[in-house]
Parts: sequence; C-alpha cells; structure tokens
Amino acid sequence: MLHLGLFFTGVGSQLVWTADDFASHTHIDTFVKTVKTLERGLFDAFFLGEGLRVRENRGRVYDLDVAGRPDAITELAALAAETTHIGLVATQNTTYNFPADLARRLASLDAISGGRAGWNVVTTDNAWTGENFRYGGWLPHDRRYERAGEFVAAAKELWAGHAVDRHTDLLAVKAPPTVPARPVIFQAGDSPGGRDLAARHADAVFSANTDFDKALAYAADLRSRLVAYGRRPDAVRILPGASVVLGDTPAEAAEKAVWIQREQINGPRAIAFLEQYWNKDLSGYDPDGPLPDIEPAEGELDPSRGTISIEHRTGKLERIAGWRKLGLSIRDLVIHVSPRHNAFVGTPGQIADEWARYDEAGAVDGFNLLPQLLPGTIEDVVDKLVPELQERGIYRTSYEGTTLRSHLGLP
Amino acid sequence: MTLLLALELGDADEETARAAEAAGFALVTLGDSPGGPGIEAGVRAAHLARRTSRIGLAPTLHVTTTEPFHLATQLASLDHASLGRAAWVVGADNTPAALATVGGVPLSDDELRREIADVITVARQLWDSWEDDAVIREVATGRFLDADRVHHVNFTGARFTVTGPLITPRPPQGHPVVLGADTLGVTELLDIALIAATDLDELVERTARARAHGVPLVFADLDFAVFESWRDRLDGVVDGVRLNAAGPTTQPPPGGSTLREALGLPRPANQFAGAR
Repeated sequence: MLHLGLFFTGVGSQLVWTADDFASHTHIDTFVKTVKTLERGLFDAFFLGEGLRVRENRGRVYDLDVAGRPDAITELAALAAETTHIGLVATQNTTYNFPADLARRLASLDAISGGRAGWNVVTTDNAWTGENFRYGGWLPHDRRYERAGEFVAAAKELWAGHAVDRHTDLLAVKAPPTVPARPVIFQAGDSPGGRDLAARHADAVFSANTDFDKALAYAADLRSRLVAYGRRPDAVRILPGASVVLGDTPAEAAEKAVWIQREQINGPRAIAFLEQYWNKDLSGYDPDGPLPDIEPAEGELDPSRGTISIEHRTGKLERIAGWRKLGLSIRDLVIHVSPRHNAFVGTPGQIADEWARYDEAGAVDGFNLLPQLLPGTIEDVVDKLVPELQERGIYRTSYEGTTLRSHLGLP
Repeated sequence: MTLLLALELGDADEETARAAEAAGFALVTLGDSPGGPGIEAGVRAAHLARRTSRIGLAPTLHVTTTEPFHLATQLASLDHASLGRAAWVVGADNTPAALATVGGVPLSDDELRREIADVITVARQLWDSWEDDAVIREVATGRFLDADRVHHVNFTGARFTVTGPLITPRPPQGHPVVLGADTLGVTELLDIALIAATDLDELVERTARARAHGVPLVFADLDFAVFESWRDRLDGVVDGVRLNAAGPTTQPPPGGSTLREALGLPRPANQFAGAR
C-alpha cells in the first residue's frame, strides 16, 4: 500500500509560474481547490513548507521564483473547515518558536480538524533567518537537533495532558497541558542528527532518497536506528519527496519534462544561479553563451540565502574550474548541475509499474509529491495516476478512517 | 446612526458565530490567554473564516508571549483566508504564569507599554513590507516579483529587532483591524479602542480621551443587560459595542465586502510605497 502526500513548498524554482493557467499559489481559492482535489484522490496528507525569511540574491529579494506563503497552521485550520479526511501537515521550526505556543497551536489544529494534524519538524541555525526573531542566531549549529529533541519531547507531554516545567540551557518552559492531541510527527533532515531525531520521535519521514537503490539503503539505515532506540523497525512511514511528469505516451511525457526543466531553469535563473557563485553582477552575459570570462569574487558561498545546496558551501573555485572544462553554455551548465528533482517521467501505467516495484521491495511507504504545475500536476496525478495505482492494488480505493494516523496505519 | 455590534464568543461554538453574522454583528472577538485550556484563538478564527462569509474575526493574540514576526504572519494569513475579514484584539497578558510559558518574567508597566507599542508598530510595518502590486509575473523578463516593491522593515524596538520582509503578501485589507483596550496606553496605535466603563459618565469621559488620541472608532465593552439599559443614550457617544454574550438583538448587516469597509475604516496607505 502506497501513501501519497503533496508538498506545497510555496517558494523556489520547482513551481513553474509562467504556464498560462498558473493558479496564484498564495490565494485561498487555490488552496481550497487543491486540497479538495487531493481529497478526491484519497491522499493521506497535504503539507505546507516553511521558510521564515524571503530569499535574497546578493542583498536583494530574489525576484525570479514564486514567493509568498501563509502561516502554515493558520492556513491549515482554514482548510480543515473545507475538508473531512485529508491530513494537514505544517512544517514548523523548533529554533524560532516557543515550545508551549507551538505545541498549543498544533494541538488546536489537531482538535479542530478531528485528528488530522501533522507536524514536519525542522531546525534552522542561520542568523540570517534569525534576524526576523527575538532570539536570532543564538543556537550553535551542532546543538539544533538537541533543542529539537527537547522541544518535541515537551510538546508530546503537553499533548498527553501533562504540565511541563523544564529549564535547560536550550529550552525554558513552564506550561499547563494543551487540549488532548496527537499530531503525527514528520521529520525531513537527512543528516545523521536528523536521522536520529527521526528514529527517536518521528512517525514518518520525508526523505530525499527517491532513487531505488538509495531508497532501499535509506530504509535499511533508518530501520536499524529505530531498533537501536527500542522501536519497531516498521514504526516509521518513509515518504521521499518526488516529482511526477505524466504523458499519454512516453514521448509526450519526456517532451513535457524537458519543457518543465527549461522553464525551471530559464535564462534569468541560470544567470542568477551563477551570480551566487561569482558574487558579481553577470546580467550582461548571454545565458545561451559561454561561461563568464571574468574570475569570481573571493570568499565562499552562504547557501542559506539562496537556492544552492548545502554541500556547495565550500570549494567554489575548484567547482568553477571543473565547470569551465565542460564547454557548456551558461543555461545548459545550470541544467546539467541542477538536481533532477527526483522526477518520475512516463505514462500513468509506466509510473504505476515503477512504484509497484518500490512498494514490493519495501523501499518506500509512499511519496510526497512536489508539484511543478498548479493545478496541472495535481489534477493529472489524481485523475490519471491514482486509478492506475488502484488497479494494481497498491493504493486505497476509499478512506477507511478519518484521522491522519489511521490513513498512515500508525497506532 | 446605528451602533456597530461585536460579540465576544467566549467558549461558544461555530453556530453562535453564524447566528451573530445573521443578526447583523460586524465582528466576533475570540478571547484567549497564553497556555489557555481551549483551542488557540488564531486557529479557531481561521477555521471560522471558512464557515462564515461576512462577519469579522478578531482573535486575541498576546504580544508578551509570541514572536512579533509570527503574530504578523498569522494575522495576515487570517486576512487572506477570510478574504479581508481579519482583526486582532491586542492581548498583553503580563502575569507570571503567562510569561513562564515562554521562559520569561513579567515586564514593568513602562516596559510593557513600550512592548505593546513596538509589536503593533512592527506588525503594521510587516503588513506593508510587500506592496499591493509586488507580484508582477512578468514572463518576458522572468520576474515573478518586483524586488523594489518588497521591503526590509529594519525595525528596532526596545527589546527586539525584526528585519523583514514578511513571508506573506500584503493582506487584502492592507492591515487587519487592530482593537485594544484603552487601558493598554497605546490608543493612538489602534483602529478601535475598547472601553469597559462602569457608568455612562465614565464612558463618555474615556471615549473623549480616546478620540483625542486619534483613534478612529470607539466600542463600549458591555454586558447585554447594561447594553439594553444604556442603549438609547449610547448614540453619538460611541461607535459600537462589544457584548460578552448575545441577547435578542438584530439589525441589518453592515455593508462592504471587507471588515474595514463594514466599519467605515479606510484601507491604510502603504508606509513603504513612497520609499522607492
């Protein structure tokens, strides 16, 4: 049985806003229509992402991607009133929230939705995001998961009806219990600290390991960590992030995937991507021409401000030297080095067959889908892919329960 | 002139809010306290946003126990979800129990007044940090946003700083409607002053004082029984009343599609729009 979620990030180049039928990703009508479609498609959950500072490039607000998102719990409480079954998962930070306040808001969402709330626990340590908060940049990088662990433990006590009175060097809270609640805990961190937090506290993980072999290895690693913490090896649902591009024929799907990628990495974005490495104005260069002939500015990157993965934090000059040897245009280079977004491309039948292989091997428990087209991706998956999954017996044909825990088969 | 009506929902359910809407009330307020036993007021208000269609929704959020950035985001999101019906009752719970929920201690009177003023001021700045037309979706240049219309606020208060901009686009109303007690000492920053007076002379006097601070609207905080006995004498004194329980009163609903329009309040100009 596969479980499906939709991860609505709200920012980034993933979502193609240039399509003619693009639905405003911040308008309440789009959210309502999206969750109703997902509920028709019997999805387990709708996820909202979090980012507590608007992205910037070289000191200015980054203007090329979609931006703007609501407060997740507020939005999901509104959507709870429009739906009856689908799980509602808020990504919320343990660094820039107060434990009692966040635990209470999550409990409130769980209560008002009849047991459909989830919490995707994330951590931040960068002072740049912290500039929006009272306690910005106070938490050392290597202790953020430690605080997250204490934070989640305090929340679980408050939800279980116990008062909490805890004062450590990472957390200070004295609060009465919340309304009774048991939000499903999701964890996304892929670092050892993140995996340990997941093994101790999570009900489900939203991993980045979508390739079959990586997914199998990840599942084995996580299950051994679970056993080490005294939990059952199947205590956690594994739902890697993935994209889907569907076509009526394999050729049509492939063509659509290329179109999406060239929209995601258009000329202005390709230039902006390189500007983060060069840290210079490159707007005079032709994205379809060769790499800039000038040398980059000194200093390493600060990936927290932009869209560059954390592994690229160091070694910038060597990386650029390697790129020059490839002989690609600016745009083709950026396409070449960008993550593939773990896309499954094909006809609905092909993708359903592929997912059946994952399901059979126990590599995943499902997928958390990242839409590229709004509403196109969502309608395609619900109307075309879901029936193929049902035909293969790997997807539900009706909701059996009304809580997110029951959808995920969690106690 | 007809008095505007507000209702404090207390523990009442959705049906009470819908009944108030049908009875012509302009808004409901949702009282709350930090660590309170019930459902948090902002969550309740957001849920009600999709179960009502005209009435204003005013959760109490406390400046003492929240991050100002989250507070501003939550209220902006409520305004988007309700298509322009959000309001905020400024809470300033300064008890030891409330502050303990965030690991803090109560503030002095002066510190508290400054804190309330700082949080209201930065919330209004954050609501203006995106101009109304910041999203341009210009396919030819690849620009989704006009970066010149999304602003850092660079706010420095007595006890915190906020850089901004907000993560949420400007609310439909510009700013959600800000209500607060005249006793908070920040009347000049409010859209509606709430006055809980024990007799009519006191109400008249405090209303005059609030208006001298420039607050656009004054509501009397009343029990229903007191409201009935004072009703004929409130005209020309206050603009509205907030009742702590609904009695049998009904009037035509106020016009307008947003709460500001229903209250006759202008949509605030953006304080950063001229900065370009």
